[in-house]
Amino acid sequence: MAYAKFTPEMKKTYTILAPNMLPIHFHLLIRILEQFGYHVVLLESTSRTVVEEGLKNVHNDTCYPALLVVGQFMEALKSGKYDVDHTALLITQTGGGCRASNYIHLLRKCMAEQFPQVPVLSLNFAGLEKDCSLELTPALCLKMVYAVLYADLLMTLYNQCRPYELNEGESQQVLDAWQEKLPKLFESNKFLSAEKIYTQILKDFAAIPRSKKPKIRVGIIGEIYVKYSPLANNHLEDFLISEGCEPVVPTLLEFILYCAANSETNSHLYDYKNFKTLAFGLGYKFLHSKQVQMIKAIQKQGEFTPPHDFEDLRRAADKYISQGVSMGEGWMITAEMAVLAETGTENIICTQPFGCLPNHIVAKGMARTIKNAYPNANIVAIDYDPGATRVNQENRIKLMLANTKMEQENQV
Amino acid sequence: MLETQKIPYALGIDVGSTTVKTVLLTEMGEVLSSSYERHFSKVRETVCTKLASLAQEYPDVQLRVSITGSAGLGLAQAAGLPFVQEVHAAFLAVKRRYPEADVVIELGGEDAKIIFLTGGVEQRMNGSCAGGTGAFIDQMATLLDVSVDQLDKMAQAAEKVYPIASRCGVFAKSDIQPLLNQGARREDIAASIFQAVVDQTVSGLAQGRRIAGNVLFLGGPLSFLQGLRNAFTRTLELDEEHALFPEDGRTFVAYGSAVSASSLTDTYTLTELEELLRNAKTQTALVADKPLFSYPEEYQRFQERHAAHDVARGDYRTYAGKAYLGIDAGSTTTKIVLLSEDHKLLYEFYASNKGQPLDCIQRELSALYADLSPDCQICGSAVTGYGEDLIRAGLGVDFGIVETVAHFKAASFFCPEVDFIIDIGGQDIKCFQIKNHSIDSIMLNEACSSGCGSFIQAFAVALGYDIAEFSKLGLFAEHPVDLGSRCTVFMNSSVKQAQKDGATVEDISAGLSGSIVKNAIYKVIRARNPEELGQHIVVQGGTFLNDAVLRCFEREIGHDVIRPAISGLMGAFGAALYAQEKSTGTSTLLNPQQLQEFSYTAKAATCKGCTAHCALSVIRFNNGGRFISGNRCEKGAGKKESEQLPNLFEWKYRKILSLEQENQPAEPKATVGLPLALHYYDQMPLWHTFFTELGFAVKFSEESTRGTYYKGQSTIPSDTVCYPAKLTHGHIESLLEKGVDFIFYPCMSYNIDEGDSDNHFNCPVVAYYPELLMANCEKLNHNNFLYPFLDLNRRGHVVKTLSTIFSRYATKKQVETALEHGFAALEQYRKDITAEGEEIVRQAREAGRQIIVLAGRPYHIDPEINHGIHKLIGSLGLAVITEDSVAHLAQTPELQALNQWTYHSRMYRAAKYVTTQPDMQLVQLVSFGCGIDAITTDEVRRILETGGKLYTQLKIDEISNLGAIKIRLRSLIAAMEQTQGQKQTEPETA
Repeated sequence: MAYAKFTPEMKKTYTILAPNMLPIHFHLLIRILEQFGYHVVLLESTSRTVVEEGLKNVHNDTCYPALLVVGQFMEALKSGKYDVDHTALLITQTGGGCRASNYIHLLRKCMAEQFPQVPVLSLNFAGLEKDCSLELTPALCLKMVYAVLYADLLMTLYNQCRPYELNEGESQQVLDAWQEKLPKLFESNKFLSAEKIYTQILKDFAAIPRSKKPKIRVGIIGEIYVKYSPLANNHLEDFLISEGCEPVVPTLLEFILYCAANSETNSHLYDYKNFKTLAFGLGYKFLHSKQVQMIKAIQKQGEFTPPHDFEDLRRAADKYISQGVSMGEGWMITAEMAVLAETGTENIICTQPFGCLPNHIVAKGMARTIKNAYPNANIVAIDYDPGATRVNQENRIKLMLANTKMEQENQV
Repeated sequence: MLETQKIPYALGIDVGSTTVKTVLLTEMGEVLSSSYERHFSKVRETVCTKLASLAQEYPDVQLRVSITGSAGLGLAQAAGLPFVQEVHAAFLAVKRRYPEADVVIELGGEDAKIIFLTGGVEQRMNGSCAGGTGAFIDQMATLLDVSVDQLDKMAQAAEKVYPIASRCGVFAKSDIQPLLNQGARREDIAASIFQAVVDQTVSGLAQGRRIAGNVLFLGGPLSFLQGLRNAFTRTLELDEEHALFPEDGRTFVAYGSAVSASSLTDTYTLTELEELLRNAKTQTALVADKPLFSYPEEYQRFQERHAAHDVARGDYRTYAGKAYLGIDAGSTTTKIVLLSEDHKLLYEFYASNKGQPLDCIQRELSALYADLSPDCQICGSAVTGYGEDLIRAGLGVDFGIVETVAHFKAASFFCPEVDFIIDIGGQDIKCFQIKNHSIDSIMLNEACSSGCGSFIQAFAVALGYDIAEFSKLGLFAEHPVDLGSRCTVFMNSSVKQAQKDGATVEDISAGLSGSIVKNAIYKVIRARNPEELGQHIVVQGGTFLNDAVLRCFEREIGHDVIRPAISGLMGAFGAALYAQEKSTGTSTLLNPQQLQEFSYTAKAATCKGCTAHCALSVIRFNNGGRFISGNRCEKGAGKKESEQLPNLFEWKYRKILSLEQENQPAEPKATVGLPLALHYYDQMPLWHTFFTELGFAVKFSEESTRGTYYKGQSTIPSDTVCYPAKLTHGHIESLLEKGVDFIFYPCMSYNIDEGDSDNHFNCPVVAYYPELLMANCEKLNHNNFLYPFLDLNRRGHVVKTLSTIFSRYATKKQVETALEHGFAALEQYRKDITAEGEEIVRQAREAGRQIIVLAGRPYHIDPEINHGIHKLIGSLGLAVITEDSVAHLAQTPELQALNQWTYHSRMYRAAKYVTTQPDMQLVQLVSFGCGIDAITTDEVRRILETGGKLYTQLKIDEISNLGAIKIRLRSLIAAMEQTQGQKQTEPETA
């Protein structure tokens, strides 16, 4: 299929639109891309038109994230806000055996019919779409990794402060301040001083006056887009906070480590080695060391719960499912359920697009095993799609919370 | 009173999807008053009225309050009153009143819930796709045209129970309709409906956890439907002592809510409460549309415009001359028209057939004959629709005509240049695109979205209106609410949400009309933009008689359309036109005398011709004729096997089955079980050879039946996974029953690389299902279930992995050799398939038959999965081959998708090949819930349509609507014949 390509010259004059999957992370990432000369705009629209455009433009049985992403792009292009002759779209791709690898094709199909001049750029680490992907220079990659780390820390701390803050809005203020400060650090090599920056961030969040009264911790896991995107999950984090809970959301680095680890797992399972497995192996070691560094920094500060060490996740997975299950979020979802339950976050919401294929296996399929291992675990799988209503979803979550509150009362 | 009352009373308000329940408790916790009433979507009004009346009775009482229920949340939030989750409220009530209960089952309007109390408290609700229960029963009662109470009475007089899918009302309908048409006793069907609800609760909700001990039953349906109660107690084998049905089952949750209230602190008087609720500002999260009509004149102009598309009328009691009869025997309605020579409408009839089309038409024809002018001669008659064959055989109708063709004929009458027809009936949506004066593509609604017309009706009834009145309400609604465009079950929740957000009945009515239209355009037709449909659109079917639906449709596509005034009669009208065209001057239609004498008997039977065990209905006419329906192939109709056409689907299935008997070692080392499921339908020759070579006895699981599904049903953790995957659970049980030493079922991320594709994955479900089985089938352990990860493209690794696993039985060398032979057997099997395919094609071409490539996944050859569709195609006179018999004959065309799954890749190549063969068409089988086919169907369609072929997709699940499938296939054949005819008359230069 012929489609518009993104040429280097376009960098100067084009506006690149990107979906906002994870607000904190993506805001930081686009600022970094800007430093590399790309003009990127995050799409924030949550209007009903997004869903309608999605329904019109992709097969309605396609998973919800695809529908939303495509819908959001189409809405933006039709809004008149952007000069469609100087606009490109950016989308991520993992290249696994799941439908998600097809998002870019769905998008190109829509473009070919309605905006043939708009190029669709791929952001991937699997070497796909070589002729139309974001050029990943080592410098850009390094900065992106650090951006993810800082954003992970911000998200983790923010989620641990906001439910407990005594003065409403303070956590948001600290977050906003760092969102402004961080991009500046990336202008020079200062961003490399991770430990120093971690300490400062931790200090700022620790300074927020917080209530000591414990709240119910609720883990949010599942398909990556639905898990993170407020547009897709009907502002799940806000809802949980309003219900008096503390949302526990796994970091983005976990997903990146998962992708890197799978290459190694496959090489071990299927008994082969090549350049790619070697490169991914090294990448994994580097990223993991960075994760450990962050965990240590949080532990040193002492007031906050750090993310789970990825090696712990892998060990947890081995008890319940093979790490060979690597499509979609694969074994990681099972492992996250186990680790959360093990570390006292017994309420777990597993978010997924309606009819998500891998999640039949790794989420709904494993819930029973996890429940057998941790009888106190409350796992609820929530489906998201254009027809599922919020009242239905929230009702199920409320039921789970009612359960927990009752158990707590019984213990008292 | 105020002085004496030290402890406040407690009030519980339970606002459900259809009803409001209240319970008032005294300070001692005694029930002072309780109520139960339908709210007809006027949630707030109903609650306020109730409170006002309570306030009169107890003016000065101080009380604590708590609201519960699915529609209560918004209300509580808006009024700033406490809310308690309904399952939790039920739990509190149970603890107080029935501490001895072990399990609680509560069925509500739309929710089904289970609470396990002993052995670890666990509460479960139905998933978002598991159709509601009260709503499900309502829907089924509507289908049988009885009230819910009558349904209950009927159920108690039942003699037998049929299996009916209860997962979703739509599926159940497809099971019930054939039963009705086959003359099953309505009492038995009623009982089957209740049994379906029980099965759904027991298997779907409990998911393997046993329901035993003292079981408490709650909720509306369970408190007033004796038949349902009986079905539960019988299935769960409970005696009277252990089955607890509280007197106040309907208000039990409200009671729990009151119990929860009594532990709160804030107190109110009833008057205060009423005011709080009345003045509460509900946030409107509603997405509203513009009104359908802003002022009455606009509506009047609209009406006038459409009134222009009418036919001239005549009177059959006075008409003299030739006349033609058209009958449309639909699934639920019967339509009859009588046309004069010059197309005047002499007589029309439209009514529900109440499940008995033959009786209905006999009665109506008699009525017609009674008053028919003696000078009027019926010179021809034709019948179309589901009941076509039966009516033709029984009443001597001259001609039968495919439904789609009948509709096309009728539409052309009103608009000769018509290029798009959309028909929304009570049960289905049919759309066809017209090109070159012939039907080019047909779109029917899938099993999941058959909301359609009867769905608005069900809502109207639920909200307390009749359908005409209800749809009128929407015309001038100020804020038509956006309800999404999904299946009925989802729509129910959307309506619930809208009610919660304060939408009026008018807004909901208008919103439902909009949903039907959007569902049709975007889900059934799959139009990217309304312009795709065409310029000259004719809309028809009973649902379009609803002006609100028509208006929404015109607005959505952005221009005017033609709605014939006889919109509901178009099938019959087209049939009458056809009868006129084909008329020889006389008709074989039963004359008044013969009609008077006509009678028939219906008997249900099961065909024993093959494993499909079609449920047959044998109808004997008093004139000696016999009609059999329900059969998929000709065998059931009494024809001999030799008359059946060769069929590669059948051949492949037999071939796989026959392997089991081959090469079994005399003294086996052990017995290995291989499930007849998923990828084994593709790789069986490989693994069978591998194991027999190594000296194992090989046992296959049983051939799939619905029973196989039931066998494993309780271990299925995800109710939305595809049916082929669900069946796998039964196959595992079957193997365990057969007593094998171990089951071998490898996980495979990758399939075999057949080249010519971007990658060669399996779909996630096929790839990792063994992991899921291991986690959910309790009887499996690491000794009796071996599920290594294998990548068959890396032989070295496969040998290494397998020789480690089987080191007790064989050396590495032996494993390597056995595997080599296995691969050779697989290759031979592939060669055999292509050779057999070529042979079938050769024979078909010799006989001048058209050929259908029935494309799907390897496991679609399982008759329980394909429901005998291949036989149905055969019975229509077409040869059937498979996608894997022709895939090697073409290169993968340019795709707009990532071509990364082996099975799907075959389909792309097969589709490409079909476009090069004039006498071939491709029909794609898609399993319901297959996410990957959301991508492949669009691609296969594009490949075929670019190559000038028709695209036909058949969606199959646990059940399948063979009637609809037959219409589709016959339309396809009609179109093929037409193209063939055109080709022959056209000169070669074109």
